[in-house]
Amino acid sequence: MLHLLAATGSPQSLIINFGALAYGLAAIGPGIGIGLIFGHGVEAMARQPEARGLIQSNMYIGFALTEALALIGIVVPYIFKATGSA
Amino acid sequence: MALDTVALTAARCTEENSHAFSSMHCGYPAPGYPDSFIFTPFFRIGSFYFTKPMLLALICMAAVIGFFWAGFARPKLVPRGAQNVAELGITFVRDQILRPMMGRRGDGYLPFLVALFFFVWTMNLMEIIPVAQFPAMSFIAFPVALMLMVYVTYTYLGIKHQGLGGYFANMIPKGVPIGILLILAPVEILQYIIVRPFTLAIRLFANMFAGHILLLVFTLATWYMFSASIGLLFSATSFILVIVLTAFEMLIQALQAYIFTILTAQYIGGSLEAGH
Repeated sequence: MLHLLAATGSPQSLIINFGALAYGLAAIGPGIGIGLIFGHGVEAMARQPEARGLIQSNMYIGFALTEALALIGIVVPYIFKATGSA
Repeated sequence: MALDTVALTAARCTEENSHAFSSMHCGYPAPGYPDSFIFTPFFRIGSFYFTKPMLLALICMAAVIGFFWAGFARPKLVPRGAQNVAELGITFVRDQILRPMMGRRGDGYLPFLVALFFFVWTMNLMEIIPVAQFPAMSFIAFPVALMLMVYVTYTYLGIKHQGLGGYFANMIPKGVPIGILLILAPVEILQYIIVRPFTLAIRLFANMFAGHILLLVFTLATWYMFSASIGLLFSATSFILVIVLTAFEMLIQALQAYIFTILTAQYIGGSLEAGH
């Protein structure tokens, strides 16, 4: 089957790209975390609309701290490089 | 076998026939670390290469200095023009970042925080400015340099205001049962010494790196799928996504500058107070 792929020249790989898999797994936790942050933030703003500014700024701070973990997940495949993958 | 495929592909895939719907079936030129982030230097002195990110950093430095100099060279009581905008920037940093985290006694650190905020924001903005189009903060060296300044500052201030033993003693929360304290104390000490500077630098770097790769993926997809067939529709959709993601990147750039500055203010504020 590999010779058929070579003949068409299609550069498909039958090897799992662990870097991409790693990011997919890394995005689960921050996804839930950011959902919790903004969900609770919206609920808090609904309960007390006067505190909107305070809640909004804390929401964005929490979002950036949680997002950092997901983005470290994007960068890690480039750090821990297997031979020829990234 | 795999090497033959790569060599064959590289030999016959030129710039004209590498689109998606051509008969050559050349692969998508995915952006990645070496290809999109290494630049040929403008000149080199020995082993010092002067590359595009360094040029962008110098331009940003000149822009920030020039902007605030133009604003406050001849300050008037009723501000006009550049002074108006510069005062807006300074009061934003003072009221939204400095005062909530440090209170009034931190006003001496306002120049540092203003410079940090506007430098980080300008460097991030270089991603969407037409000729430059590269976020200089996606080179790990620049966030690490800023992080080192912040790290040395808050460690030195913490030791100066709380004493050497007091600085480490105040890291450990009080009123906690001894079993939890055994786990919590090393975590808290590592937090101050390793985790905070590391995440401070990596957060800024990874946001800019990921944003740049995201924009590159869709821009290259626009080029790759461009052909006189259904590819036009795909290409146009990809282009619309590039525009939407550029707007998203503008938000992320400002947000990351704000986060870097407010965390710096929080760490310095935590070091200034003598104990919890």
